[in-house]
Amino acid sequence: MENAWIALSLTLKVAGWATALNLVFGVAIGFVLARKRFPGRDLLDALLTLPLVMPPTVLGYYLLVLLGRHGPIGGWLQENFGINLIFTWQGAVIAATIVAFPLVFKSARAAFEAVDPQFEQAARVLRISEVAVFFRVTLPLAWRGILAGVLLAFARATGEFGATLMVAGSIPGKTQTLSVAVYEAVQAGQDNVANFLVLVTSVTCITVLLAAGRLAPGRIAGQP
Amino acid sequence: MSRLLVAFFGLLLSWQALAAELIVSAAASLTNAFRELAPFFEAQNPGVKLQFNFGASGALLQQIAKGAPADIFASADQETMNQAQAQGFVKADERHNFVSNTLAIVVPSDGGNTPKALNDLLQAHYKRIAIGLPATVPVGRYAKSALEKSGLWSAIEPKIIGAQTVRQALDYVARSEVDAGFVYATDAAIMPDKVIVAFAIPTDTPILYPIAQVAASTNHAVGQKFVAFVISRQAQVVLAKYGFGKP
Repeated sequence: MENAWIALSLTLKVAGWATALNLVFGVAIGFVLARKRFPGRDLLDALLTLPLVMPPTVLGYYLLVLLGRHGPIGGWLQENFGINLIFTWQGAVIAATIVAFPLVFKSARAAFEAVDPQFEQAARVLRISEVAVFFRVTLPLAWRGILAGVLLAFARATGEFGATLMVAGSIPGKTQTLSVAVYEAVQAGQDNVANFLVLVTSVTCITVLLAAGRLAPGRIAGQP
Repeated sequence: MSRLLVAFFGLLLSWQALAAELIVSAAASLTNAFRELAPFFEAQNPGVKLQFNFGASGALLQQIAKGAPADIFASADQETMNQAQAQGFVKADERHNFVSNTLAIVVPSDGGNTPKALNDLLQAHYKRIAIGLPATVPVGRYAKSALEKSGLWSAIEPKIIGAQTVRQALDYVARSEVDAGFVYATDAAIMPDKVIVAFAIPTDTPILYPIAQVAASTNHAVGQKFVAFVISRQAQVVLAKYGFGKP
C-alpha cells in the first residue's frame, strides 16, 4: 500500500507540472488564436488539437522517436547538456503535458472569444497599457473558462497512461504513476493492490471533475 | 460517397463468422515463430483460424484467470504454468514441454561496450539495464535469479528498467535507450543488426516452455490438434530455425 502513496504523489507531481506548463502555454496560444488573424491559423489549431484525438500510443511513439537517444531532440539534448528524458519523470511530464494541452488551449480560446471587446476598448480609452488590459480586464473575464479547462487538463494528465508508459516506462517510485501501477498490479494478479489504486484514482478524478463543474462557464452568478 | 457509407456500415455489421477460431495465448518470445507456424496449421485444418494473443506469461495467466476465452496457453517458464495448473486452469496430463531457450545479455550494436561477465554490469557506463518485470515476465525472473545467485542483484537493481514483455526489453536495447538488457537468445536473433549478444547466462533451472489446453476451452478437439502440431517434427523445424532448442 505504501507504493500506492508513492505512485499517488508521483502522479500529482507529474500532473501538477503538466498543468502548470499548460497553463502558461495553453493560455498564451489560446489568446493568440482567439485574437490574431494570420495565415495557417486553422491549420495550427488543428495540429494543436491532434493530441486530443490521436491514440496516446501514437503520441508515445512520436515522443520516443523524437526524444530518444537517436532522436533529433533527444540526441541534441544528450550531446549538449547530457540531458536524457526517456525513463525519467520529466519525460512523463512531457507526455502528460502534450496529451492534456488541447483541453487548456481550446477552453482558453473559447473563453477569450467570449470576452466582450467593449470592456477592453473601455480600458484602452482610459489609456491603460495593452499588457495591463490583458491582465486586468481580459484574463479576469476569461478566467472561469480557462480554469475549467485547466482542471480537466489536470484530470487528463492524472490519468495519462499510453504515452507515459512508452516514454517513461514503469519504474516504481520514479516513473510509475497511478495508472501504470494499476496496469501492472492487474497484470501480476495483485488484485488487492489494484483495487486500492483504482479507488485512489477514482476519488482523485471525481474531486477534480466536481471542482471543474463548479467553475464551468455559463453558470449565472449567484447560482450554486 | 453513398457507396463509401454503405461499405462503412457493412464494416460495422460484419461479425466474424468463422467456422472455428482457436485462441492461443502465448509468451511474447514465441511471437515470430508462432506467426510462421500458423499458415501450416491452418492449411492442415481447413476452416480453423488461429488467433494469437502474445504477452508476458504472467499477464496471460491473469487474463485466463479472469475468464479470457483462451483455448491454448503457452508460457515461457514452468512456474507460470504450475500456477495455472494449481488453480485448475490447465490439466497436468495435457501439459507438454515443447521448446527450450537460453538467457542472454544483449547490448546495442552501436554502443561500444560489451560486457564479458555479469560483474561488468556494475561498471559506471552501464547506467540502465532492461529486464522484464519479474512479477509477470519469466525472463525477468530468470535474470533476477541469475543476478541474485552471483550476489549482484542489490547493486544492479537501481539500474533496472522494467519491461512489460521480453520484446519491450529487446526494443529498449535496439533503440539504445538502455545500455544492456536481459532477453532470450531467440529474441536477440530477431534483431541481429541492432543488438549484439554479449554472452549467454547459464540458469539454475533450464528454460523450458510448456504448452497446454485451457481447461475451460470449448474447442478441445482443435486445441488437441494444435498442441500435437507444435510438438510435431514439422513445427519443431520452424521453431529450431528461430533458435529454440529441443525440450
